[in-house]
Amino acid sequence: MSVEKITSLFKEELSVVNLGLEGFAEDLSGLGVPVIQVDWRPPAGGDARLAGLFDRIEANTGLDVAAANQEAAGRILKGKPTVVGIGVAEKDIPGMHKKLILHAGPPVTWERMCGSMRGAVIGGLIYEGLAGDEKEAEKLAASGEIIFEPCHHHSTVGPMAGIVTASMPVWILENTTYGNRAYATLNEGLGKVLRYGANSPEVIEKLKWMETDLAPILSKTIALHGPIDMKNLIAQVLQMGDEGHNRNRAGTSLLIRELAPYIVMLDEPKEKLSRVLKFMHENDHFFLNLTMPSGKCTVDAAADIEGSSVIVCMARNGTDFGIRVSGLGDQWFIAPATAVDGLYLPGYGPEDAGLDIGDSVITETVGIGGFAMAAAPAIVKFVGGTPADAINFTRRMYEITVTENDTYQIPTMDFRGTPTGIDVLKIVETGILPAINTGIAHKDPGVGMVGAGLVKPPTECFTDAFEAFAERYGVE
Amino acid sequence: MKRVIVRKDSYYDSVFLMLISTDVNKIDGVKDAVVAMGTEMNVDLISGMGLGTAEVKSSTPNDLIIAIDGESDGVLDEAAETVNKLLTQKKGAAGAEAAYRPGTLASAVEIVPEANLAIISLPGQFAAREARRALQNDLHVMMFSDNVSLEEEVALKKFAVEKGLLMMGPDCGTAIINGMPICFSNVVPKGPIGIVSASGTGLQEVACAIAKAGSGVSQAIGTGGRDLKKAEVGGMMMKLSIEALGADPETKVITVVSKPPLAELMGPVIDTLKATGKPAVVHFVGAGAREPDGKIQFAGSLEEAAKMAVAVASGTTYEGRTFDLSDAEIEAIVERETEKMSAGQKYVRGLFTGGTLTDESATLLEDALGGIHSFDASDPKFKLSDPHKSEGHTIVDLGEDIFTVGRPHPMIDPSIRTERMDREAEDAEMALMLLDCVIGYGSHADPAGAMVDQIKNAKAAVEKRGGYLSVIASVTGTDGDFQGLSDQRRKLESAGVVVMTTNYQATMLVRRIMERRAEK
Repeated sequence: MSVEKITSLFKEELSVVNLGLEGFAEDLSGLGVPVIQVDWRPPAGGDARLAGLFDRIEANTGLDVAAANQEAAGRILKGKPTVVGIGVAEKDIPGMHKKLILHAGPPVTWERMCGSMRGAVIGGLIYEGLAGDEKEAEKLAASGEIIFEPCHHHSTVGPMAGIVTASMPVWILENTTYGNRAYATLNEGLGKVLRYGANSPEVIEKLKWMETDLAPILSKTIALHGPIDMKNLIAQVLQMGDEGHNRNRAGTSLLIRELAPYIVMLDEPKEKLSRVLKFMHENDHFFLNLTMPSGKCTVDAAADIEGSSVIVCMARNGTDFGIRVSGLGDQWFIAPATAVDGLYLPGYGPEDAGLDIGDSVITETVGIGGFAMAAAPAIVKFVGGTPADAINFTRRMYEITVTENDTYQIPTMDFRGTPTGIDVLKIVETGILPAINTGIAHKDPGVGMVGAGLVKPPTECFTDAFEAFAERYGVE
Repeated sequence: MKRVIVRKDSYYDSVFLMLISTDVNKIDGVKDAVVAMGTEMNVDLISGMGLGTAEVKSSTPNDLIIAIDGESDGVLDEAAETVNKLLTQKKGAAGAEAAYRPGTLASAVEIVPEANLAIISLPGQFAAREARRALQNDLHVMMFSDNVSLEEEVALKKFAVEKGLLMMGPDCGTAIINGMPICFSNVVPKGPIGIVSASGTGLQEVACAIAKAGSGVSQAIGTGGRDLKKAEVGGMMMKLSIEALGADPETKVITVVSKPPLAELMGPVIDTLKATGKPAVVHFVGAGAREPDGKIQFAGSLEEAAKMAVAVASGTTYEGRTFDLSDAEIEAIVERETEKMSAGQKYVRGLFTGGTLTDESATLLEDALGGIHSFDASDPKFKLSDPHKSEGHTIVDLGEDIFTVGRPHPMIDPSIRTERMDREAEDAEMALMLLDCVIGYGSHADPAGAMVDQIKNAKAAVEKRGGYLSVIASVTGTDGDFQGLSDQRRKLESAGVVVMTTNYQATMLVRRIMERRAEK
């Protein structure tokens, strides 16, 4: 027996990790011994059966979850999301056609759709000319003639209701490292907009303007500018006070700065060009529809890695919250969507809020958004009010992630990389849920955004995925 | 009037909650209150109070349950508010306000890569897993938790031995590493004596006796009680610790303290001691002294183990006196203490908080008193029919599970013992009360002060009946301890207690007194 480690302990300064009674830590720190107290929780929330599944996974000696997760997280780090242009859904999104409507979140039928998503579907059908009015649209939506599928099944992400129809212009993003693409519509701005379920004539009119004016102008601009390196832009916005989900003010400004010299070169009436710039300027979240597909094409490259417990998709449709795990293929793990704990715009309160909705949680999935809360001091009111709270909020996420981003860094944390590669095993073990920032949609279609805040995703999705993982990879 | 509040996903440490329960139960008008996590046992307990609502029954060990039975709505409100206040009370000492607390051991090690010891006092069913993680991260482990299975202990210790790491415990309450008292432990000067102990209070008593004798301790390592008691564990930590002290240049003498080990483990322990080449002192509590074996001496009491070790370390001869006081002084005390006892006062009542001290006293008094009652006596004749009620000569360890259900250990919360004292005071047959008083880190802030009222009351009650209650005690501690050995002694003496240097001397004095009592 070697006692070298023990005799060297006798020569070192004691440095203690304390799990349990805080009194023991206090006594020692009172004597000048450095002690770190662990904020311990029972693994798997104290569920002995679930905790036992960890042993089954560990017992599989042929499986190296850590290595598989490093591979998955490594792919996320290596991803290089790049804007390559603007296209049209039907032409560019794989599998898209006239009768297909894409929506946010996991699969949901017309019958189970929440109010704002139904409103957006109705608007989409009218916009496509498939229905003349609301009544016709409802009838068509319920007829079975229209097919509903998640954006995520088509390399696409959509904020809030996330409705994408055939004629809509879409951002085309490419992960230049792996060659895969992702798509998202252009952000419509605030107020009465389709993604919050509004479908009145002015909503449709704006969508048409986006199709006929905004998209072609931006498309030509990008052609002049060349591909936009989104990785670089996101790295910058994190150092400018954005976290890429609830705050996109810096990102939107940067994008305008990036594009302005080329927009003015276009042979278009000044009024049209001005309206495009003004439209972007008046909507802080214009950039969100770029961070989202950036996240999507980045994380997609980490999917389908044998033995990896890294989450490659989180999404909500206002009815359900769903996740997918790299080592578990296409399977969704779904639980009822939860309410958002948030701050409300004047005149609104929790009674107006719909349940959690949208694909924008792809930002957290890739390690920004709520995971980069510490980067956005302006919005720390969501997490307790002080920058220190925001830093602890982000720190907590390192507990459930595999690695730290080498490009997305947080200045106030000494340029530490954002927590990246969410591990479902760590979530279940620690009971720490992913921190998700989000906007709050009104529960009725067409009213719009009523607030923003944090959402605590339902635990069941993660425990279900964990059980499936143990089933797939564990041994007796 | 009853009220129950369940808070989902609000985990708190069980001992922390027990202290809160104790405080809430002190509120006027509260009949019964339980603040606990929703474990199966607690849910049963709360259901037993008539508060087993559907919400309580469906709660998990991660949910906090506050169950209160009180006289009025006002009392319930007050109690609920007190719980809230205590739960959210900020701890000033634990560093800066925004200090980050990692959620897992792994991230703690990431933040503090130089960490070298993990102290684990989590509920038993979770402790082994965390200990394994700690060992995997090359941390030595002090496991205070009990209710860890034997299989888990064996696996952990095997792994620790493989890695050359200390795995102290499970159920290890005491250690002194690099002069720092860990968990229930005392501030003892640094010195040449290394201790390995399978018993917590045994370690404390020996270390403090070493300090009282003017020497000091290099390292004191706890192994947990099963190390030498179970063949499966096979003294793995005892042997590894002895080897480590053998290799430690600061340690000149090795002292081993334990309840008598399994016969088959005795040889390997002695052989390991011999292999170090260092002088050693061994004391097996309750086993009596033996002839030396080479450089190994066998002590007959905890105090003797300390004194023998000090003698070896300082190159002096161990004198083997029973008392620090002179014979004349002892005689005067014996006479004084027996003088006014009434005829009906016949029995010794030993009310202990330290397990090994209990065993030591029971062993030393057994033959002189002709048998001692306890709740777990092997001889059915001496088994208490009600553990909470003394019969004849009785010595009990009030830190045993049977007394501490849902309450903190009496070293932390003296009320288990003071309540018992109140009951004993009504027993006309009691002649003498023998007490321990263990101070140091982990213990109550003023254990002597917390029992002086009950001691005075008991003495007064006996006097009122025309007798005299002799109270004999010892204080396990040092003047370096925050409670202060001298202060604690003074408080007890002011209540009329005869305070002896060690438990051994206190017990031997009881022996003398009871012998004199029998003569009279």
